[in-house]
Amino acid sequence: MVEQIDLTQVNWARAQFALTAMYHWIFVPLTLGLSFLVAFFESIYVRTGNEEWKRLTKFWMTLFGINFAIGVATGIIMEFEFGTNWSNYSWMVGDIFGAPLAAEGIFAFFLEATFFAVMFFGWNRVSKSFHLFSTWMVAVGSNLSALWILVANGWMQFPTGMQFNPDTARFEMQNFWEVLFSPVAISKFTHATSSGFLLASLFVVGISCWYLLQERHQTMAKRSIIVASVFGLLSATYVGFTGDEAAYTVAQKQPMKLAAMEGLYDGQTSAPLVAAGLINSAKLPGDNQQPFAMEIKIPGLLSLLANRDPGSFVPGINDLVFGNRQQHIIGAQEKIEKGKIALELLRTYKESRKSGDQAIADASLKAFGDYQENMGYGYLNSPSEAVPPVGITFYAFHIMVVTGAIFPLVLLLILYFQIRGTLAYQQWLLYLGMLCIPLGYVSQQAGWVLAEVGRQPWAIYGLLPVTVANSNLTSGTVMTTFFLFLGIFTLLLIAEISILAKQINIGPEEN
Amino acid sequence: MIGNLDYSTLQHIWWIITSLVGSLFIFLTFVQGGQTLLFTVPRGDEEKTLIINSLGRKWELTFTTLVLFGGALFAAFPKFYATSFGGAYWVWMLILFTFIIQAVSYEYRKKPQNFLGSTTYEAFLFVNGSVGILLIGAAVGTFFTGSSFSLNQYNQVTWQTPYRGLEAARNLFNLSLGLFLVFNARVLGAMYLINNIDHKTLTDRCRKSAWKSFLWSLPFLLYVLVNLLFMQGYARSPETGEIFLQSGKYLQNLVGNPATLVLLLLGLLFVIYAVTITCFKGKNNGIWFGGLGTVLVGLAVFFLAGFNNTAFYPSSYDLQSSLTIYNASSSHYTLTAMTYVALSVPFVLAYIAYVWRQMDSKRLTIAELKSENAEEMY
Repeated sequence: MVEQIDLTQVNWARAQFALTAMYHWIFVPLTLGLSFLVAFFESIYVRTGNEEWKRLTKFWMTLFGINFAIGVATGIIMEFEFGTNWSNYSWMVGDIFGAPLAAEGIFAFFLEATFFAVMFFGWNRVSKSFHLFSTWMVAVGSNLSALWILVANGWMQFPTGMQFNPDTARFEMQNFWEVLFSPVAISKFTHATSSGFLLASLFVVGISCWYLLQERHQTMAKRSIIVASVFGLLSATYVGFTGDEAAYTVAQKQPMKLAAMEGLYDGQTSAPLVAAGLINSAKLPGDNQQPFAMEIKIPGLLSLLANRDPGSFVPGINDLVFGNRQQHIIGAQEKIEKGKIALELLRTYKESRKSGDQAIADASLKAFGDYQENMGYGYLNSPSEAVPPVGITFYAFHIMVVTGAIFPLVLLLILYFQIRGTLAYQQWLLYLGMLCIPLGYVSQQAGWVLAEVGRQPWAIYGLLPVTVANSNLTSGTVMTTFFLFLGIFTLLLIAEISILAKQINIGPEEN
Repeated sequence: MIGNLDYSTLQHIWWIITSLVGSLFIFLTFVQGGQTLLFTVPRGDEEKTLIINSLGRKWELTFTTLVLFGGALFAAFPKFYATSFGGAYWVWMLILFTFIIQAVSYEYRKKPQNFLGSTTYEAFLFVNGSVGILLIGAAVGTFFTGSSFSLNQYNQVTWQTPYRGLEAARNLFNLSLGLFLVFNARVLGAMYLINNIDHKTLTDRCRKSAWKSFLWSLPFLLYVLVNLLFMQGYARSPETGEIFLQSGKYLQNLVGNPATLVLLLLGLLFVIYAVTITCFKGKNNGIWFGGLGTVLVGLAVFFLAGFNNTAFYPSSYDLQSSLTIYNASSSHYTLTAMTYVALSVPFVLAYIAYVWRQMDSKRLTIAELKSENAEEMY
């Protein structure tokens, strides 16, 4: 199916997608959460009629706008990149993948774009209540767009609701609802959006802590802290639940990703969770080396997390690569053999149809049906290719979880001292609150690194590896656009941070 | 009812929907056209800021429509998405690049400590309005002039030139279409500003500018139209699906489908009427007629390319690799599902129109830029 694979080109294309996705995700979570926080602030203003709350709303809204613009800038490229750099992917699954993207445009982006203008420029042009409504619509629109794109991503992680059509050599949608309500899509959506709420809360709390340390805008800072830390705590709880749900669906639908997340090579019953560890980077599937240079384990917890049963069996990388008859696990080795047969049958089918040999075509199509389940594996050359980079996946997962566990504790302390009225005297806590902003961003990035690196080598899990999904370009071309995007995004990021810093320094307008 | 539509009807419906979104986008490029006026029309920073704030209330609509255009093409004609974006790589990448730099420019231009300086952001806006629109026009031109690509039996595209789509801009027809779009966007931009801004001397200059841009657009428009009537086109045999070159194909499409001819003529008339009342009658509502006219002309152009058994994305290198609405579309199921989704479009248009009215009932003045909400202004 693929004449020759230029690995450097694939890797540049992956690097470019990673670059644009990571840059985009710097800005999106803040948009998701801050839009709601601004809506809360404005709701309080409209209810109380207190102009102080209006100034507070406008201040956070200014920061929201600065962040929003660059989120839009980094977002447009991602949509088109599916076509430009992953054109074979676009054709093979455009039937399924395009639909949520189009729905995103219709349902979500226009809400954002239309009401954004009211939110920023409508203060004197529309009524108070319509303005508030618009602010809420921006929040709903932003989060709706997250829904559709995460449905699309969820489908790539766990393809469902479709069938392979051998005549067009692509996958075609059979059930829109199965795509929309796939368990992976749901857990992606809830986990990603609530983590955005948490990040935005940390952002608001952190900046407010800075004002308290500076002894400036103290009333505004305290008010912001109350709303944001409550929202942040609720969100953090939800992030925890949805994270547990996400881990469970990964275990059920992407066992290889789970094994890599935990550096688990030999599957076991009552599998322990590695709470922290140093990966042995020389370790390969099937060898006798220890997977960790050192580790701290919690007995039975991984089995509980993965299967909701502390005594259950969790397959490891070796089981998934070489198979495990006892546990009825078919290994990648065997899947590759079947997959190669499937590809060969598909080729025979297409050629015999072309030459008009209907009998052979029918026979190969029938046989193809028995093997097509593993067709994606036919593109792999060795079973170890089915293993994602274990180190990156492991560390990304653990960084995400550890940082994620710190945030609710900090927020709880801040809220506690705020309620007692002594927060301004807890300098250490204020510094900790500020530190949570960069930590929040690290946690966010780690989450997506885990999601995307952990599903390698697949563009569509089990069906289409990235090496087959990409466009027919030279690596020089993709390298050039990679650096073009790296350059412009970095420039814009510097500008964004500089503008944000200045606006924070200026603070809300004083009476 | 939608569930019973046959495949071919759905393919036609989706070409109409995609064409409509594309045409609305071309209308909304009044934002881009307005951006190209920044260095010539306003006198002084105050007027420039007024223009930017006026356009700044609308730029996201244009941007979003472009994104939706991409999404609609992906959902309805994924083979086009894969072939054109993956093939004509550079032309699309450069177009996107100009939109990336646009997206931050409104917000960052006036903000203190903006790192690149106001002039850079203004230049970004100018590049988006000129180079961006020119390249989009050139890319649409290839719907008629064709591109050099081939598809293998698995529909993977091989582009035949190292320029990756940029070669489109070397073709006089494509270039003319691009330049026409640039000047038309300038006309629309000026008319939008006249409608949106309350500032006599500035809008007077906009009227002059609209007239000049209109005159500039004419030779390119004529070149495109005359060529369309006489050029050979990429026809599809209804029986075999085979693609072949046919002389006067687009003329035949026009005559064979009078609705398209009516759209084209009506559209042109509306644009001419809009320019006349704006430049000589002192009217402020030219943008509506100009906008409607632009949409109608856009629809006619897209219909010419896609309907009546025509290949809308032809390959001049390998005729049989050409894309038609039949061979490039999504499955019957997906088109049906997406048609249900598209039922919400009138609702979306309605709330956009409502908000537009709410926001633009009072025209923008310099005084408002200095009001209590000054810090929110661009």
